[in-house]
Amino acid sequence: MSELLWVLFDLVLAGLTVGLAWVAVATRELRRGVLLFVGLGLLLAVIWARLRAPDLALAEAAIGAGIAGALLIAALRDEIGVSAEPEDGYTASRRLVDLGAIGLLLALSWGLLDAFLLSDGVRLAEGVAERLGESGVINPVTAVLLNFRAYDTLLELAVVFAAVLGVLSVGPARPALEAGSLVLTGLVRWLVPILVVVAGYLLWVGAHAPGGAFQAGAMLAAVAVLLRLGGVAHAGLPGTAATRWLLVLGIGVFVIVGLSVMFADRAFLQYPGDIAGVLILVIEIAATLSIATALALAYLGGRPVGWEADCDSPQHRVNRGAADRGGDA
Amino acid sequence: MPDVLALVSIALAIVFYAAGSIGLLRLPDLLSRLHALTKADNLGLGLLATGVALLAGDLVIGIKVLLVWVLVLAASASSSHLIARYSMQAGNRGHGE
Repeated sequence: MSELLWVLFDLVLAGLTVGLAWVAVATRELRRGVLLFVGLGLLLAVIWARLRAPDLALAEAAIGAGIAGALLIAALRDEIGVSAEPEDGYTASRRLVDLGAIGLLLALSWGLLDAFLLSDGVRLAEGVAERLGESGVINPVTAVLLNFRAYDTLLELAVVFAAVLGVLSVGPARPALEAGSLVLTGLVRWLVPILVVVAGYLLWVGAHAPGGAFQAGAMLAAVAVLLRLGGVAHAGLPGTAATRWLLVLGIGVFVIVGLSVMFADRAFLQYPGDIAGVLILVIEIAATLSIATALALAYLGGRPVGWEADCDSPQHRVNRGAADRGGDA
Repeated sequence: MPDVLALVSIALAIVFYAAGSIGLLRLPDLLSRLHALTKADNLGLGLLATGVALLAGDLVIGIKVLLVWVLVLAASASSSHLIARYSMQAGNRGHGE
């Protein structure tokens, strides 16, 4: 009986996901599409939880629904006044995107079919479970992300960093919102310390339970978003130099740790078993700070006020003037 | 006994959620809809949290669930206030719009 109920629940979940994804893409109103996309992110988080992948569920809820939603809504604010009405007919670029999406769908379907039905079912999970003791942590997801496949995570951090370089090169940050109602600023003041504690908890707990640098970083970035919505123009980011250091801290510490174990005749990122736990924690703290800084800068949507000081072309001066005025408003 | 209490609590929560959702869909203007929604957030989630905490039967988990409820209460009350305030500023004075 309960088995049947779960099947029913899964079917409803799958149906809702496909339906919501379709409506989010098909709707002609951008704002509605963004809100539906945030709903879709939450639904995906439930699916990950249902698949017993709480790490992914946390990451999806915090980054996919939370931070990505905030980024999209902020981008939407920039678009106000621009007509969202697509042109009539079917442009060539739109057709190309559609073809790409269909191709991706087919490739992914083939991959899933191959992995689950056609091949002999060799899974890496058993190998991970077998050698978990050597990783320095008890949570298998953290063991894979920060030890067994640390190289991938290092490259992911590099991708985030490259994306932020892109954001910073677009132009000055969006002008800050005015400090809103007392209720909002009061709530922000109340929530910020709680969220910082939660971020620290997620970071620490990652060693033996769901959590880790990405979730903790997203939580800290949520603090920045809240501060910004509450009227704090710099969104809690420190000064220019400190922010730049924070941005490279994650990759920097990761690479330094990876290289220094090579002095002990080990491969790049092959931590010695007895201090692996400490090394992973050090890397995760640095990565959390860098991810949070990167996401906060992405939410600002460009260089924060004061960053243009060392590239003082006339165009930059004009931009900075605009940003300063926005910041003071 | 705790199980029965939990079931009653969760069943009541579902009633409040259903009422809140129907209210959101059926009520005529924004302020009445917000009024309906807060019932789902406050009482619905409160009863649900009570039920879940009773089912878990663990004080630590119970306190965590209670904290979740308090956080949602603060967030939903504030966001309802902000939506209502925005709508008032945009010229909506309540009944009948």
